[in-house]
Amino acid sequence: MKTQSFHRLVVYSFLVVAALLFLAPMYVMLVTSFKDADQIRAGNLMSLPTSMNWSSWQLAWEQACTGVDCRGLRPYFWNSVSMAVPAVLISTAWGAINGYVLSMWKFKGSDVLFGFLLFGVFMPFQVVLLPMSQVLGYLHLSSSVGGLVLVHCLAGIASTTLFFRNYYTAIPGELVNAARLDGAGFWRIFWRIVIPMSTPIMMVTLIWQFTNIWNDFLFGVAFSGADSKPITVGLNNMANTTSSVKNYNVDMAAAVIAGLPTMLVYILAGQYFVKGLTAGAVKG
Amino acid sequence: MKKLEDLLPKLVVAPGFVFGFAFIYGFMIWNGILSVSNSHMLPNYSEFVGLDQYARLWDMDRWYVALKNLGIFSSLYVGGSLILGMVLAIFLDQKVRAEGFLRTIYLYPMALSFIVTGTAWKWILNPSLGLEKLMHDFGWSSFSFDWLVQSETAIYCVVIAGVWQSAGFAMALFLAGLRGIDDNIIRAAQIDGASLPRIYWRIILPIMRPVMFSIILVLSHLSIKSFDLVMALTAGGPGYSSDVPATFMFTMSFNRGQLGLGAASATMMLVTVAAIVVPYLYSELRSKPHER
Repeated sequence: MKTQSFHRLVVYSFLVVAALLFLAPMYVMLVTSFKDADQIRAGNLMSLPTSMNWSSWQLAWEQACTGVDCRGLRPYFWNSVSMAVPAVLISTAWGAINGYVLSMWKFKGSDVLFGFLLFGVFMPFQVVLLPMSQVLGYLHLSSSVGGLVLVHCLAGIASTTLFFRNYYTAIPGELVNAARLDGAGFWRIFWRIVIPMSTPIMMVTLIWQFTNIWNDFLFGVAFSGADSKPITVGLNNMANTTSSVKNYNVDMAAAVIAGLPTMLVYILAGQYFVKGLTAGAVKG
Repeated sequence: MKKLEDLLPKLVVAPGFVFGFAFIYGFMIWNGILSVSNSHMLPNYSEFVGLDQYARLWDMDRWYVALKNLGIFSSLYVGGSLILGMVLAIFLDQKVRAEGFLRTIYLYPMALSFIVTGTAWKWILNPSLGLEKLMHDFGWSSFSFDWLVQSETAIYCVVIAGVWQSAGFAMALFLAGLRGIDDNIIRAAQIDGASLPRIYWRIILPIMRPVMFSIILVLSHLSIKSFDLVMALTAGGPGYSSDVPATFMFTMSFNRGQLGLGAASATMMLVTVAAIVVPYLYSELRSKPHER
């Protein structure tokens, strides 16, 4: 029995120490954001702020400078919102329809097509950067939020199709066949039978797409202009601005603001988020 | 009427596939064309130079630095996340209390963008005010940690932040796999007198090989694409000492006006990812029809 409780002790101490290490950067971000410059110099990473200083949050949100632009993160935040909302909705709807056809209305060659589409989940987007920037130019969508929405829809279609297709394949075919015998057509089956059963995978896909699109940096930095930069680009520019005095408290407040939407989604819909992660790993 | 009904599914997916394939394969070919063209500031579709851009690429010291960094980063990032995730999952699987709570903590970095975590880690790894000062305050006055600003070590800082971000993902996949194992196997082995570490090493880990394989697949393709974390932490610096192919490609294409060279480096990234992923996708799709 002695060794048993020793085992438990080892297990729990390891897990708790690991948890503290995982939490440490978030703790550091938060305490630093509440310190003023003197407290940062006097204290250390882990020390608590001696007085709560909210001004860095306000600075980060509406006054901090990135280069010569001193409007804080606010415009970038709203750019990200107006980019992510349509891109997430369109790419999810698109994936649902593709997945529905590829699982329930298979045609000759549909599995092969699906296989070729799947490579889109893995391919390095560096390959599409140069052609895409030219296409956006032709379409007069360069440096606009609309251009970013288009890119994210195209880039997301492979993953969203994969999620829905794998989910719908698990639905018994008899259900659809019975509906077909009753005279229900393509769209009727989709709206009345398939969509009402899709809530779990819909959640997974929405969360997955939202996290990816909100967190994207590559497309943001390559395709956005002065008025369409998403928040990741804004944060990076702010934190990497080379000025004489580094305002770490403002940088940390800005980092927390940039991470807040996805963190909220994770906290509110954590179990779906985990499902999204495991689904993202291409589980046949 | 019957005819339309038969055609409808195909018509409905057609636009998605046309645009999707144009995005994936059309752009792949387009990028290939750029990589054999004499493009500098602007794309140049009238002058083709064969494999000159590739020859230039493989002649550049900076490209070798990027490849070496990718090698260091990939192996340590994938290996570190896998091992840490595996250990966390095995410990979590010991019927502990507050499992859901702990799992949530290990996974939350995954919700954040690499830019956010890069900004945070940049502050933590800051040579004068960050970790170093903390250790000095603890009384370890000779402690020095300036990896982030040293050209030989900056890439290891990227590894630290990367493992912190992705270990939870490996843990989640591994834990899901462990939950699928029949308890009776473990019980039978225990009756035979096998110790717990031995059971894991000899029985559980071999069963988990497919899970490990998918974790390695996902993380290694992520490591080849990794761009954000390097940009946020070091921006490829000092100098270009922590460049990886993804940052190399971006710098050449968008800052240096070397579109052809950038396209060539993107092709190299594509080939590397394809070499890892295509065999996997092929076997996955081949085996599927028999299962269902």
